[in-house]
Amino acid sequence: MGYLDFTGVLSRSDLLLKGMLLTAQISVVSMVFALMIAVLVASICLSSSRLVRLPALAYVEAIRNTPFIVQVFLIYFGLPSFGIRLDPIIAAILAMSIYGGAYCSEVIRAGIQSITKGQIEAGRALGMSPLTIFRYVILKPALAAVFPSLAAQFILLLLSSSVVSAISVPELTGIGNDIQGITLRNMEIYLVIAAVYVILVALLKGSMTVLERVLFPFKFLGR
Amino acid sequence: MFQQFSLTHVQFMLTGLGWTIGLAMIALIGGSIAGSAIALMRVSVNPVISRLAQFYIFVVQGTPLLVTLFIAYFGATYLGISVQPIVAIAVAFSFYAAAFLGDIWRGAIQSVPKGQREGAHALGLGRADTLIHIIVPQAVRIAIPPTVGFFVQLIKNTSLASVVGIVELTRTAQIVSNATFKPLEVYMTAAAFYFLVCFPLTLVSRGLEKRLKS
Repeated sequence: MGYLDFTGVLSRSDLLLKGMLLTAQISVVSMVFALMIAVLVASICLSSSRLVRLPALAYVEAIRNTPFIVQVFLIYFGLPSFGIRLDPIIAAILAMSIYGGAYCSEVIRAGIQSITKGQIEAGRALGMSPLTIFRYVILKPALAAVFPSLAAQFILLLLSSSVVSAISVPELTGIGNDIQGITLRNMEIYLVIAAVYVILVALLKGSMTVLERVLFPFKFLGR
Repeated sequence: MFQQFSLTHVQFMLTGLGWTIGLAMIALIGGSIAGSAIALMRVSVNPVISRLAQFYIFVVQGTPLLVTLFIAYFGATYLGISVQPIVAIAVAFSFYAAAFLGDIWRGAIQSVPKGQREGAHALGLGRADTLIHIIVPQAVRIAIPPTVGFFVQLIKNTSLASVVGIVELTRTAQIVSNATFKPLEVYMTAAAFYFLVCFPLTLVSRGLEKRLKS
């Protein structure tokens, strides 16, 4: 058994910090886009017309039943066949948003379905416009109801960001591969990287708990 | 000169699909054995044992699978064990599956109504007998749909083994794509293969879940 020597890895902590920041950035940006896609797709999935529903359902099933890395390769290596060449970071954000959007849309759909009809009818009776009803009577309570599941999806999205190192995005795992190439201390670097991811996940979990209290204070009334 | 994307390539990718399914099966079996241990530890009345399992789940679920694979890949040689990379990767997938299956099964065990346990106690059954004869048979029914769902995740996630050079479906697609320079067609074919395996399983999982609810 070899011995562990972390000096080579830790002396490059500035690189690690850069990678960590990029991981955080692409993850947060993708979460926002994924949420927007998810709300749109979930509303389409609940449409009464089969023809309207079909493309949205096909999107969700196609993404959920194929590996993320293949989706990344399709966007980064496949799109140039249509003359669309993307920067690796843009391709990564696009892939993560599309991927996260499919999973989150299922969560949000469940949330919207949990809103009882009476609520919507009450909104109508109060003279609210359909848009106001959607925003305040359907969407906000729906998001509040499924927020923990949504947070879990965001954590999975953060972890999946490591896969985009395969298209040479210099995020945490990509930086790890680089440092591994320089120092050849492969075991040490990946242990450090794993620890950083665990910390990032814990941070995200914590901020999601805080965010839930800020966004949906009504959930905590009377507790 | 690039090769034409032909039936030979598709056949090559089908052998890759075989390895994908094989790897997922190994991970399911290995993960089931370790996962049952994790689930039982998690519901243990001993707080140390329960916390230990909880920590294991937290760390494995908080690490990207790709990094876990790298650690296993390099870790085997580091520990002085000389094994084929495929063996190290299969072990890593089993550890990964154990964390998720352990968590799923813990949920299943805990969702068996409390009255069942109390009834068994009233009949004079011991803790072990209650678990084996009363709780587990009912928990299995609850656990099957999410377990099938997780198997779909496993099949998809074996694609990450391509990064450390295991020649499964995604790796064969990379090889074919480099030889033919037709990435769109090749990766679409790979995606279609994955879909044809995963989608029926997704439907089965969903069907079982519906039957359980009714």
